Amino acid sequence: MKTTPLYSAYKSMPGIRCTEFGGWKMPLEFGGGIRAEHLAVREKAGLFDVSHMGEIRVAGSDAFSFLDQLLPAKLEGKEPGTCVYTPMCDTDGGIIDDLLLYIQSSEEFLLVVNAGNIDTDFGWISKDNPLLKKHFRHLVIENLSDAFVQIALQGPLAMDILTTTMEQLYGNHSFDLSDLEDLPYYRFEEGTLLDAQAVISRTGYTGEDGFEIYLNTAAAPSGPVAGIQLWDLFLSQVTAAGGLACGLGARDTLRLEAALPLYGHELTPSTTPLESGLTRFVDFSKPFVGRGALLAQREQGASRVLKGIVMEEKGIPRTGYAVYKDGTLIGEITSGTASPSLKAFIGLAHLETGRARAGDTVEVDIRGTRKKGRIAPTPFYKKPVVSTTD
Amino acid sequence: MAIPQDRKYAQSHEWARTEGSIVYVGITEHAQHSLGEIVFVELPETGTAVSKGDEVTTIESVKAASAIYAPVSGTVVKVNNSLEDAPETINQDAHGTFIFALEMTDPTELDGLLDAQGYQTLVDADNQD
Repeated sequence: MKTTPLYSAYKSMPGIRCTEFGGWKMPLEFGGGIRAEHLAVREKAGLFDVSHMGEIRVAGSDAFSFLDQLLPAKLEGKEPGTCVYTPMCDTDGGIIDDLLLYIQSSEEFLLVVNAGNIDTDFGWISKDNPLLKKHFRHLVIENLSDAFVQIALQGPLAMDILTTTMEQLYGNHSFDLSDLEDLPYYRFEEGTLLDAQAVISRTGYTGEDGFEIYLNTAAAPSGPVAGIQLWDLFLSQVTAAGGLACGLGARDTLRLEAALPLYGHELTPSTTPLESGLTRFVDFSKPFVGRGALLAQREQGASRVLKGIVMEEKGIPRTGYAVYKDGTLIGEITSGTASPSLKAFIGLAHLETGRARAGDTVEVDIRGTRKKGRIAPTPFYKKPVVSTTD
Repeated sequence: MAIPQDRKYAQSHEWARTEGSIVYVGITEHAQHSLGEIVFVELPETGTAVSKGDEVTTIESVKAASAIYAPVSGTVVKVNNSLEDAPETINQDAHGTFIFALEMTDPTELDGLLDAQGYQTLVDADNQD
């Protein structure tokens, strides 16, 4: 199993437990447990090593045109400095991956993809997709996944911690603090941090405010040391603020409360964006790979939809469990957990279209016992509306 | 981790502590640690008759649902209702928290369980994996 460059920074933390994820040995939780880490992110701050995520660079004068036809999301009119969330579909509309596109300039793009899909994605983008028959001449596609350290700093105190840390690093980075303080959601800044090229975006996968920080440590003179140094600096600030280092366990409960889909669960090659709540990330007004299939599905109506379920009887609705309504099988659970913020058992499910509306009672077959749940609006959790800088 | 000497252990990581003809059953410290945070304990109904090795109930942690087996045969005479609202008690004190109690039908079945030393050997082997 691969470990990230940050592994040596946290491997000796007391109570750490690791798990295999997408070919990587990653922290599942640190000493305090998943629930404590989850609540730290909701109430204060949490720090995640997400360096297992992949980065694919697409550049050149044809890069925009190529990506605009490859990816379903609307890219036209998006300025440099913008992040765009998008699914990536095959010609049948099936989801190959979901990713975050960083628009660095009109000719320079970084695609941040799921760890388990790096090879598939790179193969699809660099050689297997049908667009490449058209001979894009000025197009560079590089897999930089091993070059980057990625740290997610999440929670209501993330901004304070980021600015304090950057102040501590004064003279060791090129970022403008006021630019970071004013950074809107889904925007990013680029610069140097320690001795590495860096990207800081106001993004995340937790349903809280926060940042994702990318360091190209492979190209940095000090190599992974810069990443480890940054992790340690952030962690001391996070800890001082009452936050915690967080593992993939909390990352999953956080994203699930926020109803953010996870590849391999809500999103698979045999599901389409229309079936998984991603219709708003599909721009039908432009040509893109998979458009024909998705358009046909839109006209016929997708046969299933993604819905949230809050259990009324106890038990975790886990992946693959059958869902019934009035005694009839109507679908299955894609993800489920015990929600620390809601203190409830929650799940997402692919259900037959039109069979279940918010408030309806359904039954989930939990190891042979049908337990009652209620179709609930998603996200299950919304961050409190308070006066923030954005 | 000290393994209490006052009880017996099943290979499937339940402990069994007898009080007369009643046996109290819980899961071991080792088991709670590998399960992680317990979020739900499905309690069996009193009066249920079970045979040694039967799945009596299920414990759910964030990670997984795990079956709890009957270490000996008997009838469920008591359940720990406090676990309904505080399943995490098992994480905090696994050896001090019973899940259910059985009226034993054949107390000689206890002889087939591991003693503390035997269970320690099992845990040591587990920890080496």
